[in-house]
Amino acid sequence: MKNFIHIKGVSKHFGDFVAVDQVDLTIAQGELFSILGGSGCGKTTLLRMLAGFELPTFGSIEIDGSDVTHQPPYDRPVNMMFQSYAIFPHMSVSKNVSYGLRKDGVAKKEVGRRVDEMLELVQLAELKDRKPDQLSGGQRQRVALARSLIKRPKVLLLDEPLAALDKKLRERTQFELMNIQDELGITFVVVTHDQEEAMTLSDRIAVMNGGRFEQIGTPKEIYEFPHNRFVADFIGTINTFEGVVTVVQEDEISVYSDEAGEVLAASGKQLVEVGQQIEIAVRPEKIFIGKEKPADSDGVCLEGTVDDLGYLGNRSLYRIKLASGKIVQVSSQNRRRSITRFLEWDDKVWISWKPDSAVVLLD
Amino acid sequence: MGRQSLDLVEARQCCGIARLVAKVGNKNDELWRRFAVAVPYLWLLVFFLAPFAIILKISLADPILAQPPYSPSFDSDGSPAMSLGNYGFLFSDDLYAITYLRSVAMAAVTTVLCLLVGFPIAYGIARSSTETRNLLLLLIVLPFWISFLLRVYAWMGLMNNYGVINTVLMWTGLIKEPLQIMYTDFATAVGLVYSYLPFMILPLYATLERMNMDLVEAAQDLGASRTRAFWDITWPLAKAGTIAGCLLVFIPAMGEYVIPYLLGGPDSLFIGRVLFDEFFLNRDWPLASAVAIVLLMLLVVPIVLLQRAQARDEEQAA
Repeated sequence: MKNFIHIKGVSKHFGDFVAVDQVDLTIAQGELFSILGGSGCGKTTLLRMLAGFELPTFGSIEIDGSDVTHQPPYDRPVNMMFQSYAIFPHMSVSKNVSYGLRKDGVAKKEVGRRVDEMLELVQLAELKDRKPDQLSGGQRQRVALARSLIKRPKVLLLDEPLAALDKKLRERTQFELMNIQDELGITFVVVTHDQEEAMTLSDRIAVMNGGRFEQIGTPKEIYEFPHNRFVADFIGTINTFEGVVTVVQEDEISVYSDEAGEVLAASGKQLVEVGQQIEIAVRPEKIFIGKEKPADSDGVCLEGTVDDLGYLGNRSLYRIKLASGKIVQVSSQNRRRSITRFLEWDDKVWISWKPDSAVVLLD
Repeated sequence: MGRQSLDLVEARQCCGIARLVAKVGNKNDELWRRFAVAVPYLWLLVFFLAPFAIILKISLADPILAQPPYSPSFDSDGSPAMSLGNYGFLFSDDLYAITYLRSVAMAAVTTVLCLLVGFPIAYGIARSSTETRNLLLLLIVLPFWISFLLRVYAWMGLMNNYGVINTVLMWTGLIKEPLQIMYTDFATAVGLVYSYLPFMILPLYATLERMNMDLVEAAQDLGASRTRAFWDITWPLAKAGTIAGCLLVFIPAMGEYVIPYLLGGPDSLFIGRVLFDEFFLNRDWPLASAVAIVLLMLLVVPIVLLQRAQARDEEQAA
């Protein structure tokens, strides 16, 4: 894959505050890349530097082989979809969508043809003469998308593209967005605080915190193999056990944890030494739960009581209290249709997981 | 009859009650609404329409040496004794036409200057941080705490032949003789722009402050330069504030009396001044009233047309 966007050592300082701190990143052509992080992590500043609204304090940005660091926004082969959509309230839908082409002096006939084509793509053809205040939230989002795509930018930047939509609409729009990206082959850079959105949309995700990237990888890598505590915590829920390494083997280590009151095994080659303080982490859905102790347990098996439970329809959530007082979250699919509960409060239960489900966190 | 149909009956009853409650509520609301609307109407009736009717009546009378100094509207036998003679006089004497035109021109110049100076200031305030913004707004309103007359006198102190401006210019050696600034149209324009600038800035600020800055960035992102984005986005979206500000400046500037009287030359013809002279010096109340009525017409007609146009715009948008 060709490196299309090349961010080299980019920093942005606002006075004493460092919003983005020496970030390096390459994004391939046609990739759908997400920058994920909480508010104030610097993700929007990074996006605004890509768009040209902010000048990096240090570093440079290349797009398709040319340095755009000092190029003003109106000269960049980049367009942006704003979180507020920023639809011009005094222009009709078609005037909004055609704005970019009109500024480039494209011939009137060509403008009309491309606007019709684009409105067809986002399914707004019959609303072309409406004013923005006569549109629903979802329609406005699609106007914003059409407007930012019409110039066929090399890169489309999307700032929280789905945040303003309700849940059902968000799910549908997610897939529409992916289809459009697929169809046009434009490189998408999405900024979002919503991990679910990032997971479903993206080819790759960069998790950002305090102006730096904590981890860059595919959604699977980020979720299943988090590099550190922050990433593990930020993406989904995870149970962590503090412990000391007792045995290091070729493809498995053993860790004794006071919190678990047991030796916990984790498979895989790990760069740890005996006696080292580490954390073992397990996702709630990787844990099995039952009233009986599993017979063929080759993994970890802990006893506890049901502290709390929640029924979510497709699955149930359990908070299991261990003897040490440690609470472990377990998520279990509701495979059977039943009106009575499988487990009740204060039931004695066994929870277990396989060694290859455990993640080793070094910091 | 199943449970379902029973529910339906209940639901219908509930609806009926709700409608009844709403009706009683509506009646009360309706009363309040009428009352609330009546108050400003009453105000306008007593303090605007009635005086207007009186002025109109006087403008149709003849001046006499009596108390009050105008002829009654009806003769002793009850036949009406009104004439358009004063209006005829206004239109026959070029002096009045010229004065009206000069006043319109001066008010227009003042309005344009206020807009040119006020727009960047309002834009700057709207885009500054919250704390600075409040301070800047305070500075805009601050001069109102000092008497208007005093502030005009201060300008006299600045602009007269031995005033601050001339003294400084002579001290630096740029000029030998003092410049004649006071008692010119220039001085009047300075005074007018200075006095009415806040009325331009405040409504402009109100519209600009509400504007989403993303819109301007979006325009730039789509290929518009800063200047282009201003004319495409900021300017049309600030239209309401611009119109409000222009009216707030143009209308009072048109009838202004004090500023041209104090800062303008003795021969500077301003309609407000003519009005004052006719009324107090010549004691020709009927003619003064006619001047006032024509002035009002000159102001009302463009405003009504403007509002019509705006209403039409909004209808088209809807």
